[in-house]
Formats: sequence, C-alpha cells, structure tokens
Amino acid sequence: MPDLTTNFAGITSPNPFWLASGPPTNTYGQVAKAFDHGWGGAVWKTIGEPIINVFSRYGSVDLGQNRMMGFNNIELISDRPVAENLKEIAEVKRNYPKHAVIASLMVESKRESWHAMVKQTEDTGADGIELNFGCPHGMSERGMGSAVGQVPEYTCQIVEWVKEVATIPVIVKLTPNVTDITYIARAAVKGGADALSLINTINSIVGVDLATFEPQPAVAGKSSHGGYCGPAVKPIALHLVSAVAGDPSVQIPISGIGGISTWRDAAEFIALGAGTLQVCTAVMHYGFRIVEDLIDGLSNWMDERGHRALSDIRGRALPRVAKWEDLDLNYHLLAHIDQDKCIKCELCWTACEDGAHQAIRRLPRNNGGPVVEIIEEACVGCNLCAAVCPVQDCITMRQVPNDYSPTSWKDYVAGKGKLAPRSEHFHTASWVPSRK
Amino acid sequence: MPDRAAVLSDDELRRNFADIAPPLTSDAALLEANKCLYCHDAPCTIACPTHIDVPAFIKKIASGNLRGSARVILDANPFGHSCARACPVEVLCEGACVLNDRDEEPIKIALLQRHATDYVLERKLKLFEAGPSTGKRVAIIGAGPAGLACARDLRRCGHAVTVFEAKSQPGGLNTYGIAEYKLKADVALAEVQDILDLGVELKTGVTVTSVEDLLRQYDAVFVGVGLGRTKRLGIPGEELRGVIDALTFIEHLKTHPYRETTVGRHVVVIGAGNTAIDAVTQAKRLGAASSTIVYRRGEADMPCYHYEYELAKRDGCGFRFNAAPQRIAGNGAVAGLEITTATGAETIPCDMVIVAIGQDVRTELARPKAHPKVFEGGDCANGGAEIVNAAAEGVAAAKRIDQMLTVDKTTVQDGKGR
Repeated sequence: MPDLTTNFAGITSPNPFWLASGPPTNTYGQVAKAFDHGWGGAVWKTIGEPIINVFSRYGSVDLGQNRMMGFNNIELISDRPVAENLKEIAEVKRNYPKHAVIASLMVESKRESWHAMVKQTEDTGADGIELNFGCPHGMSERGMGSAVGQVPEYTCQIVEWVKEVATIPVIVKLTPNVTDITYIARAAVKGGADALSLINTINSIVGVDLATFEPQPAVAGKSSHGGYCGPAVKPIALHLVSAVAGDPSVQIPISGIGGISTWRDAAEFIALGAGTLQVCTAVMHYGFRIVEDLIDGLSNWMDERGHRALSDIRGRALPRVAKWEDLDLNYHLLAHIDQDKCIKCELCWTACEDGAHQAIRRLPRNNGGPVVEIIEEACVGCNLCAAVCPVQDCITMRQVPNDYSPTSWKDYVAGKGKLAPRSEHFHTASWVPSRK
Repeated sequence: MPDRAAVLSDDELRRNFADIAPPLTSDAALLEANKCLYCHDAPCTIACPTHIDVPAFIKKIASGNLRGSARVILDANPFGHSCARACPVEVLCEGACVLNDRDEEPIKIALLQRHATDYVLERKLKLFEAGPSTGKRVAIIGAGPAGLACARDLRRCGHAVTVFEAKSQPGGLNTYGIAEYKLKADVALAEVQDILDLGVELKTGVTVTSVEDLLRQYDAVFVGVGLGRTKRLGIPGEELRGVIDALTFIEHLKTHPYRETTVGRHVVVIGAGNTAIDAVTQAKRLGAASSTIVYRRGEADMPCYHYEYELAKRDGCGFRFNAAPQRIAGNGAVAGLEITTATGAETIPCDMVIVAIGQDVRTELARPKAHPKVFEGGDCANGGAEIVNAAAEGVAAAKRIDQMLTVDKTTVQDGKGR
C-alpha cells in the first residue's frame, strides 16, 4: 500500500483528496461526514459578510445520457453568519485533528477587514487559509472574488495584508478568467503566498431554455453568468496547473482543482505538479462516497507501477510539457486498422474523409472482407480515426521509423537538421490515391 | 368455429393481447439513441427493403427532433408505423447492426422507430402533402401496404389516385391479419388515414375483375391485390364444424371484441409458417388449454422465423414435427386429427383445427401480361412477404409510374403538351 499522506505547505492530511470550497463544505455535518468517508481535508465554503442567495443556482450540461458533464453555478459564498461558520470549523478541527481543515475567506478589499477576518480564523485552530480570489459571479460585482484575482496588483496587495497577520499557511485560489494565469500566480508569490490552488470556475452561460428564451439557471425569467466546472473543464485546469507549476518564478505548492472525478484525473493533476487535489462537482453529483475509489484506484495504480509515495509521481509529466517549436518533426506515425476487430461502421472513413486528410479508402461491403483501409501515402498520423473508432484498440497509431535525427521547428528554421519525407497528398481535383 | 364461451376475463384477454414490445419511455429512447454509432453506409439501412436512413432518424431522436426523425422514416417507408411493430427486424436492420459484431445487443431500431413515429401519430402531425396536380390518373387495386404505399408517393407527385378495395376497410393484412399483440387495427387504420388524407380516392367493397377496363379510364394501373384464400388441406373432414383457416380466425379476432372470438379447448394448427405461429399463439392467448402446431416436416424445416418459434414456445404452445395430417375426425364437429408419423398412426384429440398452410394466388382478376402501364407489388407479386417488402415495392412502383407519366407530360402526344 503506497503512502498517500500529504504535507502541503506545512498542512498535513492522511491523503491528498480534499473537498474544494463549495456547497459540500457548508456545514459541520457535511465536513464531518466527508472525513468519516475518508476525505483527507476540506476547504470550508467561503466565509465573509453573509449574503443572500437566489433560488435556482445550478445549471447542468448533459452529454447524451451523461448528466453534469459540465456544471455551473450562480451561488455566492456562505449565507451563514461568520461566527457560526468559525465555531463549526473549530469543532471539526477539534474532532478530526489529523485532517486538513482550511478556511476560505473573502471580505471587502480593506486592510482592517482582512486583518480582523484572518485573526478570527486563526482562533479556530484551522490548518490554513485559502483566499477566494476567483469566484466569477456576484461577488465580483462587489469588488471581491475574481475582481481581485484578475488584477496582479490587487492580488499581491491583499496577500500582503493577509500575511501581515497570518501565522498559518496561506493558499491563494486563482481564477482562470484571465489571459495569462502565470501573471496572477507570480503576484501571489510576490505578496508572500505559501501555496496556490487552481482553477476556480470559468465564466459561463450554461444554456438557454428554447421554450422561454431564459438563460439557465433561470431566476424569475433572467439569469446571470456563472462559474463553470465539472468534467468538461478538466483539460483547461490541467493546462493551467502545468503552466503555473512549470513557471520557474512560482516555486510554491499547488492544489489542483477542476473536474476531478476519478483517481485517473487525480493522478494526471499530480503528474502535472499538484500536491493536493480538490473535488467539488463530483461530490455534488455522487456524494462523499466517491473518495473510496479515488484512494483505492490511486493506490492500486501506484502499487502496480512501483510508486511508493506521492512524491514519486508529482510533477513527473512536467518536463514533457514542451513548447510546440521543440516537438520532433521527424517522428512519423501511421494509422493501423486491426481488420479482425473492425465492426465495419466506417466512422473512421467518414471522419478522415470529411474532417481530416482523406487517407482512408472504402472497399465494397458485399465481399465480406474489410470495408476500410489506410491509404498510407496520405496518412499524416493525426489520431482522428483512432479517436472516433468505437472498438478498443482496433485502430492504433504506429511509429514509422526513419533514419532522420530528431528535428524540431526551432532546429529547422535555424537551418539545423533535415526533415524526413512525409505525406504531401492533398485532395485536389486531380489527386487519385494509388491502389495497393 | 367451436361454440365455446370465452373462459378468460376481459382483463386477462386485454393483457394477453397487449403490445408484446411496449413503447420506450422518453428516457429509454434517449439512452438507446445515444448508443447508436451513426455508421456511414450503415448496414441497417442497407438491410431495410425501404432503405430507411436509420442512423439519421436515430440521431434526430438523440437531438430531440422527433418530428424530423419520423419524417426520415415515413419518407422512405409510408408504413413506418406498422413496420415499427411488425417488421422481422431480427433478420433485417437489427440483425445487421454492427454492434452485433462487438458482441453486444443491437440498437433497438424497431422500438426507436416506434418512438419517433408515435410522436407524430399521437399529435396527428401531417408530414407530407400532395404535389401540384398533374392531371394524370392512376388506379390502384388493393388497399393493402403495397397499394397504399404506391398511392402515397403518387399523390406526393401530384397524380390523382383511386384505390379499389374489396373489403370494407382499407389496410389489407395490416388491418385484418397481423397478430393482435404486434399491431392493432386502430394503428393500422390511422396510418392508412394519413395516406388517404393526401387526397386519395378510396372505393371499398369493390372487387375489380378486369384491369383492361381500368386502363381505359386511367393513365396507369397498380395491382396490389395480395394473395387469395388459405390453401385447402385436401384431406377428409375439412368441412367439419371447428375447422377454420388461419386468416379467417385472425380476421375475426381483429374485427371483434376479444371475447366474441371463440376458441377450442384443444387447438391444433396445421402448418409452421409465420401465420401458423400467429394462429397458435393467439388461440393460446384466447384461452385454449392446449394449442399445438402440427407440421409434416422437421423442426429445422419450419418456414417461420426463429424468434417466432421462440415466442410460441414461450407462450406454452406445443409442436408435433414430422407429423402428416391424414383425416380430421369427428361427427359433425371436430373431435381429433389423425396423423401419421415415423412410428405409425395416431389421433390427436382436439376440438378445433386451424389451417395455415399458405395462401393460393388470386384468380378473379383478369390482367394483361407485361403491359407497360400495369405495375404490381406486394404479396401478389412477391409470393407473400413482409409489410416492409410490400411498402418498398409500392414505393418503387410509384417512382416508375411517375417517371412514365412525367415523360408523357413533356411530350406532345395529345396536342396540349406543356
């Protein structure tokens, strides 16, 4: 059994799976239940001056029958009084001393207000503070949340105020709703942040009711842009985590957030540099019980691969995140169809023909033999056919060895290296593919 | 018919004749539709005699465009409603589904087709309209699926259509002859009404005896008269009370309240085609204590579809193979069926014998051979097949007739031209 214990900027937890700040961490009862199920930590739903929420707060994007492939919300921070939240945080910490309990804070952008809030929070015994600089809806209209996190100077300033009084680690939660997240990350580091967490939700309108033309989720006939999350945002989050983790001037721990639903998602975030994982939407969909397979699956995978601790895998994919100009142009692939596995749906043909490089040939259906074959001189190894094929391992991409040494675009334009011959068949009016 | 009072309650009868394949819920239909791979040059479409673009109609269900989905179906097959219920999909579209090759259940194409077509049926949506009048007139003999499919497409082309039907109701075997648990007459008639509403003139109760007569009044004639009466056994005792042919038995069941169709206590059905299965199962479902197929050849020789055989077995019907009927015994009424088998002669006690050994061809209609203005389709042309074959042949004939009449329109034959 690998060691999943985590030390994140000095905050320890039995495993890296934390509940992200949100509806699942609104009360003592929820957080205590989550810890009983096995969650390693929880970031409390953001505390600040109590707000009033609207009715109808969430919107779902379904994909076929799969519900909540994407999800958004127009809910604000906690609508419970600050004192009540702090009392429950203290109770949770007292009853679950080995778990990580983090207070998420958001107050008006005044030095005294932040000082007062941080001091009160520290009295609870919480293990750390997360600054919510990312909430994209509602609070941002009042100069808080992403209104702070979108401006490097504001971010740096408020982190400085917090650090003036904080004695426990301070995590800054970043918004993805910026052109380059590394600018904000560097500002947080400059202000003295101990760690970063990302991503907060992405600005979105989740849909329009075509019967009424009300954007969703609708409140008395209107809606407002809200924060998008769920499995759909994972690729965006993975990129931003890698961008921040790979930035040489940001050398502080990162808590990964964004669409994490399975242990595989978690492992990918860790491989791109995340120290802990925060989960919200998947819990809102399936409940706290999902942590069992997050832990079990990650542990089994690490066991099979011989990884004994999270430090063995953390950041392992980062050196492989390269600039495009450094990719090898002489690495050539060819699609290969396993005709024994092919079920003759011709999806590869239609995708390649209309959507890619016209590199698959159709054969007559009536002879009982193959109905598709790769036109090797036209295939550019793009992966599309393998992506659309509904049969596992039926279409695979195989490397075509050549005698040319690796040559990147950077090399090539600098006059270094030679390009191996490659497909240059374009579907012009006159092109006819060769028959085998 | 044996004069035996119904032994089942109305509730039991209703249950026994309820749809054998109940409709999908909206959720189930969405789930199923989203499983479809959307094949190119799809084998399901190739397998369908009317070549419905199956992946297209299924994707439209998935996108929530049920009206568009139904139009794809009914555009290719005017009998899309009845085919969704009565088509032998196991040997057609569903049998061809590529998911079979992935060792999975095929997409439930028939139920999805019913889901889409029920949507327009329930809402009485009109999806097609008659074309601008061409002034051409076509006579159609027989208001079964072949004739009415032909009529539908001719009306869409703008030709005037008159359909002559010997029976009192249109629809042919859809109305009178499909097992009740597959297709009910009200659906068959609603489907027909959709076609008639395009402006088809229907003359029921009219038996046409001469195609030549019609050729004098119409620009083309389509013959879709189906097959004739059930063949006779040609053994002693066929005149006894309690002997009935399968089509008459089924027609009575389909045109009367269930309890008005009497059924024997012990029923023997002679024959092993799909009609024999319809008869043996429905006799059982009407309350026969035993209902048994007697077939002169072996199990593997049965002409019925395998799934129909399975259905009859599930219904608790009996099967006697390699049993040749010799005589129907009885004094005034049926008392038994004498058969010979490999081991000798025996008598199967029964009080009802249903004959289902195929139909004769019709002979009452005088028609010229190979006349350029006479077309045909359906059972009378193909020897007896499915609704979908009749529909496909009707549609194909309409296309040929339209081509012929359209060529006429562009030539100056009668001095009017255009």
